[in-house]
Amino acid sequence: MASNKKYWKSVEELDTNSTLVEALKQNEFIEEIPTDEFLGDKEVLESSSTSRRDFLKYVGFSTAAASLAACEGPVIKSIPYVVQPDTIVPGVANHYATTIANGFDFASVLVKTREGRPIFVKNHDKAATNASANGRVIASVLDLYDSGRLQGPTVGGEAVTWNAFDNAVAKKLVEIKASGKKLVLFTQTFASPSTTKLINEFKESFGNVEHVSYDAVSESAALDAFQNKYGVRALADYDFSKADVIISVGADILGDWQGGGFDAGYAKGRVPHADHGKGKMSYHVQFESNMTLSGANADKRVPLNPVQQKRVLAKLYAALAGGPSISGELPAAAESAIKTAVARAKKAGKNKTVVVSGIQDATAQALVLEINEMLGSVAIDTDAPKMVRSSSNKAVESLVAEMRSGQVGGVIMAGVNPVYSMPAKLGFEDALSKVGFRMTYSMKADETANACEFVAAAPHYLESWGDVQIKKGHYSLTQPTIRPLFDTRQFQEGLLQLMLSNKNYYDYIKDNWTESVLVDSSWNQALHDGVFQAPAIAQEEVVVAAAADELEESTSASAYNMASSLARNAKDVAETQVILYTKTGMGDGQQANNPWLQEFPDPITRAAWDNYITMNASDAAALGIENENVANGALNGHYSTVKVGDTELTLPVIIQPGQAKGTVGLALGYGRTAGVKDELQTGVNAFSLYNDFDNVQTAKSVSAPANGWHEFACIQLQNTLMGRGDIIRETTLDIFGAGDKHAYNEIPMVSKDHQEIPVTSPDADLWDSFDRSVGHHFNLSIDLNACTGCGACVVACHAENNVPVVGKEEVRKSRNMHWLRIDRYYSSEETFDGDNQKKENASGLFGDNGVKDVLISMEDPSENPQVAFQPVMCQHCNHAPCETVCPVAATAHGRQGQNHMAYNRCVGTRYCANNCPYKVRRFNWFLYNGNDEFDYHMNDDLGRMVLNPDVVVRSRGVMEKCSMCIQMTQKSILDAKRDGRTVKDSEFQTACSAACSSNALVFGDINDKESEVAHLKKSDRMYHLLESVGTEPNVFYHVKVRNTDKEA
Amino acid sequence: MKKVSYQNASMRFFGFAFSLLVAFSSFSLQAQDGDPVAGEKLFKANCAACHALNRKMTGPALAGVGDKYEREWLYSWIKNSSAMVKSGDEQAVAIYAEYNESVMTSFPLLTNTDIDNIIAYTMAPPPAPVVADTTAVAAAPADSGISNNIILGILGLVLAVLVIMLVLVNSTLRKIAAANGVVVEEEKRTPIWKAFAQNQFLVLVTAIFLLLGSAYFAYGWMMQVGIDQGYAPKQPIHYSHRIHAGANEIECKYCHSSARVSKHSGIPSLNVCMNCHKSIYEVAAETLAEGKSEYGIDYNKEIEKLYTAVGWDSENQRYTGETEPVDWVRIHNLPDFVYFNHSQHVEVAGVECQTCHGPVEEMEIMAQHSPLTMGWCINCHRETNVKTEGNEYYTKIHEELSKKYGVDKLTAAQMGGLECGKCHY
Repeated sequence: MASNKKYWKSVEELDTNSTLVEALKQNEFIEEIPTDEFLGDKEVLESSSTSRRDFLKYVGFSTAAASLAACEGPVIKSIPYVVQPDTIVPGVANHYATTIANGFDFASVLVKTREGRPIFVKNHDKAATNASANGRVIASVLDLYDSGRLQGPTVGGEAVTWNAFDNAVAKKLVEIKASGKKLVLFTQTFASPSTTKLINEFKESFGNVEHVSYDAVSESAALDAFQNKYGVRALADYDFSKADVIISVGADILGDWQGGGFDAGYAKGRVPHADHGKGKMSYHVQFESNMTLSGANADKRVPLNPVQQKRVLAKLYAALAGGPSISGELPAAAESAIKTAVARAKKAGKNKTVVVSGIQDATAQALVLEINEMLGSVAIDTDAPKMVRSSSNKAVESLVAEMRSGQVGGVIMAGVNPVYSMPAKLGFEDALSKVGFRMTYSMKADETANACEFVAAAPHYLESWGDVQIKKGHYSLTQPTIRPLFDTRQFQEGLLQLMLSNKNYYDYIKDNWTESVLVDSSWNQALHDGVFQAPAIAQEEVVVAAAADELEESTSASAYNMASSLARNAKDVAETQVILYTKTGMGDGQQANNPWLQEFPDPITRAAWDNYITMNASDAAALGIENENVANGALNGHYSTVKVGDTELTLPVIIQPGQAKGTVGLALGYGRTAGVKDELQTGVNAFSLYNDFDNVQTAKSVSAPANGWHEFACIQLQNTLMGRGDIIRETTLDIFGAGDKHAYNEIPMVSKDHQEIPVTSPDADLWDSFDRSVGHHFNLSIDLNACTGCGACVVACHAENNVPVVGKEEVRKSRNMHWLRIDRYYSSEETFDGDNQKKENASGLFGDNGVKDVLISMEDPSENPQVAFQPVMCQHCNHAPCETVCPVAATAHGRQGQNHMAYNRCVGTRYCANNCPYKVRRFNWFLYNGNDEFDYHMNDDLGRMVLNPDVVVRSRGVMEKCSMCIQMTQKSILDAKRDGRTVKDSEFQTACSAACSSNALVFGDINDKESEVAHLKKSDRMYHLLESVGTEPNVFYHVKVRNTDKEA
Repeated sequence: MKKVSYQNASMRFFGFAFSLLVAFSSFSLQAQDGDPVAGEKLFKANCAACHALNRKMTGPALAGVGDKYEREWLYSWIKNSSAMVKSGDEQAVAIYAEYNESVMTSFPLLTNTDIDNIIAYTMAPPPAPVVADTTAVAAAPADSGISNNIILGILGLVLAVLVIMLVLVNSTLRKIAAANGVVVEEEKRTPIWKAFAQNQFLVLVTAIFLLLGSAYFAYGWMMQVGIDQGYAPKQPIHYSHRIHAGANEIECKYCHSSARVSKHSGIPSLNVCMNCHKSIYEVAAETLAEGKSEYGIDYNKEIEKLYTAVGWDSENQRYTGETEPVDWVRIHNLPDFVYFNHSQHVEVAGVECQTCHGPVEEMEIMAQHSPLTMGWCINCHRETNVKTEGNEYYTKIHEELSKKYGVDKLTAAQMGGLECGKCHY
């Protein structure tokens, strides 16, 4: 049975003799209550001049004073509107459709506002493209209320009025014009039709203007390849739901690869269906160096260094094309993986196969396009490509050169932070100082703003107008959802002002749209929907597809040349390769001042508040680098220094199972210092190594341990389920397809009167069951196959439920407050039993099945583990262990299936958390709002504006946990009652289920037989977490099915 | 005889003719001057929303309007003003332009006589009724209060005199005794407090009683901490629910409209006040007098405060744009950890506002009527039946639950209204 597999969360757990793991299994509260710390040491106490009498006097007096003060209620003022806007009713939320386009994340979203303030960003279900908001997009609402934002324009660091600012800028521009030097607009990728038009108009009116767009994380190779082939500077779009075989060579398709947003389609194809004794789901093979989300979700993952990846791509082409083979040495595992993948592709039909690559090499990217064209893949869309990246490495490099040589008279930047994000070698800051007129539009006093004389305070996207063409023909609009908080002006308004236009940007967009986008459609409708799809696209597609067929013959020869040159140029390197990547929680670093994202644990390493070097265990051992779990479950790691070129960075090391040998991973986006609160200045800036905008760098050296231990805020060993197994259930597609539920999803048996009976039978129950057939009965379904581990739900839960941020030190102490965590389990393909069997079956000392090889293969299961993600929140048990032990009945069950928690009743014994088998209860060790010790968003009036007024902010000393978003279900019910109708299935949502774009979390009422969740509950894959405990949870899971190779 | 009769006949004719003349002349007199009393009624019913006698409102002040315009012009203007503006009548266009091009409502149903009556009223309004007697009535009970005090005072005085007399008698007797050489022997007795202190049983019982008593009062005192029943703070504008909801019978939800859809009942924004107060710039004379005598409040000054807050220039009938939002003192405060939704109770359950807020229509100063404690909420949920009729949402659940509990009517508690998480999240 699947549950006999060996699962571990940390390498530490693989050591069967580890006393630490044993201790963590036994103790809920790992730490002693720090009475010593509280009382102080003896010496200090004795030397104090305060006597015990004094102490008692003070205590008595302050208690009396406090209780007297408490008797008088405060006078609360209420100030109504003078003229109430007719769209705002206090207490009722409004929703607006808008679009985020910050140069890194592009998504159509719905924004929930209360009393005119945006408090929640969620998926826009009406949008056809990029409607899946990731964690960063959901957290972006908090950036609006960032207390570090610029509140007005500054010249040379002095706050000025816009009038003075404009005059000074005008003077400078006249000087530039007179000097004959050029003016450069250095901006993010806007993907905005109106902005493009506006910039062109500005170029015409001013003359000698150059526009260079810049993406902090470059996709230049893929853009070049696409432009060469299709003539448009854009990126191919992929719909992975249409692919049966997904072959990814170094492309983190579930991360930020090529702008991201592919999760929803991917997940759709990953949900298995049993059909006539055969299971059907997509097959995903991943060749990569770092352990990424994509690798974690793949059916087959082959850890390879970047050079080998190039060879894989070349060989893959040869194998798929069926032509002459291409030479190049690869590990056996990679060879066999290619063979299997090709066999699978042939079986599924070539057009049902798709190949993607993240190799930053124009040849490789061109080859990928050729392969997909050759396959006739239905998953790739080149007719309506994505416009979310546009920067060209060459253009950026030549601009910096021109700036340095003094050819640039002035530069106006918008939405970029190049002083921070340019590689150190390029010397951007130095080049910038040679430019006479330096101006930037920035929300914060960031690194670039500090290097500019003119800093124009820019608004947040929730305060701005805009339009975006995320994908060709798919337009969307950005509209303000709040009046600008500060005296800000957006870049486009600034251009209009420079052109002395009397139009504002809203009118400009509207005119542009009515002219060239909408044709006969209504502007108001488009603005209401937030998205608009040009109707002409469908016809165009057919024509181009037909044309592509003719091209195929001629390209095949050149494709072979590409592949062989790729393989030829892939020369082995002896040095360690540094793979730069972006973390799910941090992206390119522009949201570094967002405490929700800092506290968000990385899905793979489970570490928050840091970036670090990820390293293979054997490489680490060779260098003498160690990781160490300390007594409270926290992780410590050695430091190491990586030298690339002349740049040296010293970072802590996390030993990462599955990291390719000879490579180390390093996350971009950390190490921000300017305009970021002290507590949030975390990690080291890896952009300084980002030479030639290539994510693969060759390290001159990686040093042995130095500088002692680093303390990670890593939660991977915390909140363990007390050593109980049977948490993740998984099986293979073959077993699942055979249709025998008991083969992979057995109901646990318990003993009653020495008879084995299933735990679900009523006889096995201690309690009488409450009849829940009347009214609503809420259940949450979690599909382990659809869950990609992206963590959007974690951030959404943060935002919806006013979950506090506790900071690095507290996270380390296992005091993080996340109501919803995503556990990441590693497993090896073998079982403990299997290991023994294998050992016994080994024949001879050497040879194919020799004892030596077998032992080596078993030596380190962490070389290439399988990964499973499991979101765990309060399971809302019908027979809840927490409820029976609460001395004050603060937690009780509702008939709708929710386990209620009355915070005002809780006295903080923590007995409930102790008795919870799922470890989902969180204790408020401190007052996290209005407390200078926790200087995050809840410590200032601006940051508190993001709080959800329907959910109470908890105080110190109470227990809290997932409420299954009872405020949302109650609202849906009330709306129905008021309208006098029944509730529609789609109305019941929780924050996490609404945020889940891959449909892994489905929430609803199982008493409504037509509801999606009721159908899901009947699934053969359905199981409950720790079913043997008999808690009867209202959250259920679906067995993870892996489409593993039996051929291989 | 016959002559006499002739004379009589001629006299009769003349008499008739004269009376006819008189009648006619009086009729024609009335036709021109109108009846101000009837006019007042018509004015208040039709014109007062936009016109006052002596001040500009939406329309011009109407005092003496009969002198300013031709009567015929007025007839046609009142019956259909917009047609006159369209036809380009000079006076009509001028007045249309002066009052922000707001179109005057047409009154085609008013007869010329009605209009005459109205004009008569505007030319000479009847004197305001005398309000002196209301103050006299109000003063009467105050007199009886004073007399009671005097009686009490006199009684007190008599008692004091008696005490002084007794003391004097005692001292005189003692003096006499001393003079006669009589020695009054005082018996040696233990003082009562010492006897009490020596009796341990009594001390114990007393201590127990004292402790129990103080515990009882301490408990009572502590249980009212944080309960603001009867809280009636002074507000920045003296707003009388008695006048608005009581005397004028304005529906609660006209002003507190968000109670229908939101968790908040909402304090009305000032533009809601101005819906009426644009034309109601002063209260009736008797109300004014009542306010002054009963509550020491000049209601007209309170309306002025509203105008200042909302930025209304009542002279020129326009908004100045200079606003001063009003800082009302909030009376009903639920703690943050309680979720209460007005629309659930008002719209879905159909609970009258007065059930929780008490007789607001009688309150001159708004006060918290109910304790707003959890016990109070729970009691109501236990006793109140859910209004399920005609609400499709409840159809199925009502059928199933009433079968389960064997009752026809379900209380809120049976529907799940006592669960912690329904109000605490």
